[in-house]
Amino acid sequence: MTTPARPLPTPTPETREYWDGLKRHELRIQRCRACHRAYFYPRPFCPYPGCHSQDVEWFTASGRGNLASYVIVHRGHPAFATPYVIAVVEMTEGGRMMTNLAGIDDPTPAALPVGAEVQIDFEDVNDALTLPSWRLVQAGG
Amino acid sequence: MFDSRELSHKVAIVGAAETDTVGVLPNHSVLQLHAESAFNALHDAGLTLDEVDGIATAGVSPAALTEYLGIMPRWVDGTAVGGGSFLMHVGHAVAAIAAGYADVVLVTHGESGRSRVGAAGPGRTDSTPGGQFDAPFGTFGPPTMFSVPIAAHMARYGTTEEHLAAVSVATRQWAERNPRAMMRAPITIEDVLASRLIAWPLRLLNCCLVTDGGGALVLVSEARARDFPKPPVWVLGRGEAVQHTNISQMWDFTEWTAAARHTGPEAFRMAGLDHSAIDHLMLYDAFSHTPIYAMEALGFVKPGEGGPWFAEMRSAPGGTLPVNTNGGGLSYTHTGMYGMFAIQEAVRQLRGEAAAQVNGIQTSLVHAPGGMFSATATLILGNQ
Repeated sequence: MTTPARPLPTPTPETREYWDGLKRHELRIQRCRACHRAYFYPRPFCPYPGCHSQDVEWFTASGRGNLASYVIVHRGHPAFATPYVIAVVEMTEGGRMMTNLAGIDDPTPAALPVGAEVQIDFEDVNDALTLPSWRLVQAGG
Repeated sequence: MFDSRELSHKVAIVGAAETDTVGVLPNHSVLQLHAESAFNALHDAGLTLDEVDGIATAGVSPAALTEYLGIMPRWVDGTAVGGGSFLMHVGHAVAAIAAGYADVVLVTHGESGRSRVGAAGPGRTDSTPGGQFDAPFGTFGPPTMFSVPIAAHMARYGTTEEHLAAVSVATRQWAERNPRAMMRAPITIEDVLASRLIAWPLRLLNCCLVTDGGGALVLVSEARARDFPKPPVWVLGRGEAVQHTNISQMWDFTEWTAAARHTGPEAFRMAGLDHSAIDHLMLYDAFSHTPIYAMEALGFVKPGEGGPWFAEMRSAPGGTLPVNTNGGGLSYTHTGMYGMFAIQEAVRQLRGEAAAQVNGIQTSLVHAPGGMFSATATLILGNQ
């Protein structure tokens, strides 16, 4: 049996701008022009309860955020070397995305406090695809 | 406007049964697990398939099930939002029977979760939101997704790995008393903490089983509910809500918002009961943290007090409020969509025929997620 490959995304028309942005190493997400909050994942309307405006725009986000939660996977996808971290990042402008944490060889809970500041990295998977990954902002960094 | 309170105590479960055995059943296809459950539940009620005029199921399409069973029901519910779907089916059946859409509703579950006999495979998902935004990061089944919120709960409230372990230990104590449970050997907090890491903070003994099995329910109106071999188990209250499908999009990692906002309050209101009137709980335990989140969201304890509550062994035999008395998904059985088994145990307890019978109970609250905290359902059942 061959090892299953890492699952890779296929963009839809609503998400193409995000994926094209990553290829340029830009974090292109959307925000609502009515309630001024950013959101993720892409769709042509504001998903927040109480708003749901269809007046939204793309912008280039700062790529900064905080660690909202995570798991340290020890029994995971065969394409990944364990242990690896599946994290959810709360972006500074708004919106949450799932990601992996880069730059950590031996992840431990003590080294990964919830709320820690993170910044985006860009992982060029192949010529056609770049995935986001995030890493901890080191103290003073 | 209609008021759900008018439907409290109007419909009863008069037939309930599981497959002859649960666990490892390589000689049953998925559809046969449904069928065996259906025949057993109908036998329990003294009814036949020909008397069923409403059907609800998840996991297989209701059309596939009716073809297999050879029936043509005039009411159908195929709500399929994961393990809690069957709780929703019961709530929907109450309304359907009250409306005259059906007189005898059969709700079935069957799943070859372990042996994968006659089970469909996964479809293409790479362009779905989950396929684009979650799967590329190595999600690998529920242990790597359902678990994502826990670290946030630990950070906010001080919930610990010991608290999570306590849920597994208390649940195992019930399983020790249930001969049908798959895992019956006593375990300690230390055993749980020494079991291998799956996805921190979850270890093997924090994770539910993967089994084969099924269960079914038969529901009828109040007018006939006392005319069956077994005493009726009344549907007193129900609530349901759906919110997300991908765990990254859960509204708040530190609380089960849908349960706190909708399913708990609505079920209690419909039943006309408060927490002190609940004698027994079935809280779907896909993992050790699920009952902790449920206890807090349903208001049995304050936010953040779920872990310490379980650590005091209050849910265990001899405790103050029995929880998951069949041994739960953690130790009894977990086919994949366990919600049906949570209802079955509540019915057995309310009939006085459970393996680990709690004396004198009159009410049971059953609560379940579907998916990764994605859908939520609550039932309040009673025997008075």
